[in-house]
Amino acid sequence: MSNNITALSNLAPGEVGVVRELAGGWGFMSRLATLGFTPGAKLIMVQNFGHGPLIVNIRGTRIALGRGEAAKVYVTKKQTSEE
Amino acid sequence: MSIGLLQAHGCHGVSAVKEGQKQPPAILSGETAITVALAGQPNVGKSTVFNLLTGLNQHVGNWPGKTIEQKTGIYRQNGLTMNIVDLPGTYSLTANSPEEVIARDYIIKERPDVVVAVVDAAILERSLYLVAELLPLPAPVVVGLNMMDVADQEGRHVEPEVLEAALGVPVVPMVATKAQGVRELADTIERLVRGDIPYHPRCPQIRDDHQVVLDEILALVESYVPDPYPADWVALKLLEGDKEITAMMRRALPDAIWDQVHDVLMAHDDALVAVASGRYDWIGRMIRAAVVRPQVGQISLTERLDRWATHPVWGMGLLAGILALVFWLTYTIGAPLQDALDTYVVGALADRTGALLANGPEWASKLMVEGIIGGVGTVITFLPILFIFFATMGLLEDMGYMARAAYVMDRFMHLMGLHGKSFLPLFLGFGCNVPSIVGARVIESRRARLLTIMIAPLVPCTARMVVVAFLAPVFFGQAATLVSWGLIALNLMVLALSGMAINKIAFRGERAAFIMELPLYHIPNWRTIGLLVWQRSLAFLRKAGTIILVISVIVWALSALPSGDVETSYLARFGRLLTPLGSLMGMSWRMMVALLTSFVAKENSVATLGILYGAGEEEAKLATILGTALTPAAALAFLIVQMLFIPCVATVAAIWQETRSTRWTLFNLAFLLVLSFGTSIIVYQGARLLGWGV
Repeated sequence: MSNNITALSNLAPGEVGVVRELAGGWGFMSRLATLGFTPGAKLIMVQNFGHGPLIVNIRGTRIALGRGEAAKVYVTKKQTSEE
Repeated sequence: MSIGLLQAHGCHGVSAVKEGQKQPPAILSGETAITVALAGQPNVGKSTVFNLLTGLNQHVGNWPGKTIEQKTGIYRQNGLTMNIVDLPGTYSLTANSPEEVIARDYIIKERPDVVVAVVDAAILERSLYLVAELLPLPAPVVVGLNMMDVADQEGRHVEPEVLEAALGVPVVPMVATKAQGVRELADTIERLVRGDIPYHPRCPQIRDDHQVVLDEILALVESYVPDPYPADWVALKLLEGDKEITAMMRRALPDAIWDQVHDVLMAHDDALVAVASGRYDWIGRMIRAAVVRPQVGQISLTERLDRWATHPVWGMGLLAGILALVFWLTYTIGAPLQDALDTYVVGALADRTGALLANGPEWASKLMVEGIIGGVGTVITFLPILFIFFATMGLLEDMGYMARAAYVMDRFMHLMGLHGKSFLPLFLGFGCNVPSIVGARVIESRRARLLTIMIAPLVPCTARMVVVAFLAPVFFGQAATLVSWGLIALNLMVLALSGMAINKIAFRGERAAFIMELPLYHIPNWRTIGLLVWQRSLAFLRKAGTIILVISVIVWALSALPSGDVETSYLARFGRLLTPLGSLMGMSWRMMVALLTSFVAKENSVATLGILYGAGEEEAKLATILGTALTPAAALAFLIVQMLFIPCVATVAAIWQETRSTRWTLFNLAFLLVLSFGTSIIVYQGARLLGWGV
């Protein structure tokens, strides 16, 4: 497992990440935390074409995020996508 | 109503897990009435549960002082009357949105006897988050564990008994789409209020590192917390940084204490995430206990469908195909029905009334036939078209497709500083602008909601399309279809440009966050769709019966007074005043009057032209007259101004109600007036310069 922190928007489809930190205003962070984006939560990038919105699977739910929003979620990549 | 016998028994001391709490002291027996609040996150099937319990025995209104829909209904069994209140669907109870404030205020201030938390077994982890927020509140919770069938399909087996033991509150497994478990849910509520089931909730804990801070805040504020708020809950919300509770406590606390609290909060501004983490840790323990086979990496149907539905290229194609199908269905089935309704119901009613009043004064019969039946009747003939449109939209919504449409459209909506969610209400506008403006409620930020409402009237509704469908062939013969599509394209282009401009100027290009759940696809529930269509249609009919009725009569009076002759009426006089403006677009005063009457209902312009050109009700005759009276350039200018003009009265009323702002409503009217006349003048003068169609 690498410890490089990167923005969620940099994850490629199929890559697994672990949430480390959220940036942004209170309302934004609160909404994300509510949906399960809390430190330590594992997520899988479902769709990311490198532009436009993207889809992640977190805590069993598919969440669509705008690109700007995904840039404010910091994650560490996990090398393997196994459970 | 609520007897309030079930006293507060949330988790006293939100912080500590208190096991073996005393059970509710309430023992209700015999005939009595209780209040049951229905809570749940969006897309968990809460409305299906509500509809199953109440049937058609429900009342739709608004929450006091809000534009958010409130549904209430009644369920009875064994002499127990349950007044069921459907709380807005919310992901949490933190003050992120008006819905969340409504839901928690209701539970704290109105103290329902029982709160039913509907959760989705297929996404148990996320949907238990709301339960974690509900348990510390002063009302007993029953968990409705819905979508058990979907969970099984997704490869997760949830054991309700284990979950019940872990949560310490009653859990009822349900498959609401198949009406399973509703009876058991009602029985459980009854047994709980009659004191037949123990109630020992186990509440989530905050993470250890923040426990001390929470205790510190609680000690500071405890004696100042206003009734009926639970002090420990207020302390937790302060720590979370909840804006509303912070403002409330700032007013309630003496300055010296507020300063101390403020210092503590500032030192722990990361607590928001810590509190949420604590809730998810608690959920994790519940899940490990109650879910037998946690999700494995199998590819579900939803994932397979989404490879197409959310793809930037294929998804767009699919959306275009679906929309084309919706329109095709709407008009192929709806248009003949509309004609039939017009001839056999409205027409027959007008004839019957006219005959009945033939011996009375002429004005009375004219008022009834032309003013009331003419005005309201035409609007009602739109019902079949709207009905089909709403039904297809409801179907797509219920299946879970609309979230994908919003996702695919997000790129495009970004250009206007909006995001995908605004697409849904705008699309409803193709049916009728009124539900589209009301539908803008799904957008969280006020800024984005306002912007969506401001551009919504530019979506060509069925009524405008009816006018185009009649007039385009008259003027353009073979090219009519092309002209019609061109007009729609023009409207959408103007809509996009207006959105960009208003966003730049009025909102300085700010953009709202796009965060949206993509729910699992599911098999549509006809009951839910049926009720949705019923309620939307009813709302439309109510408007037809009130505001449209009044305005129709007023406009009819203006067109009939003082002499009973349209040519010399007040309306005509006003239309003549507009002649200079009209001549810029090559339009006679008659066209201007027709445009003015379209304010009542768009399709009125055809009827008015009929009267003013002396063709009466005969559309064929009107077509011949109009074809020779207008040059193609003027006709195009008329169609353009008609398409971009201020919306009908009902829409304006909806804008005013939803924005709760006279300023924004007036701005919208002025903006659309300038826009429609401006575009029309440019097109007409441009055509003249080029020597085309004059």
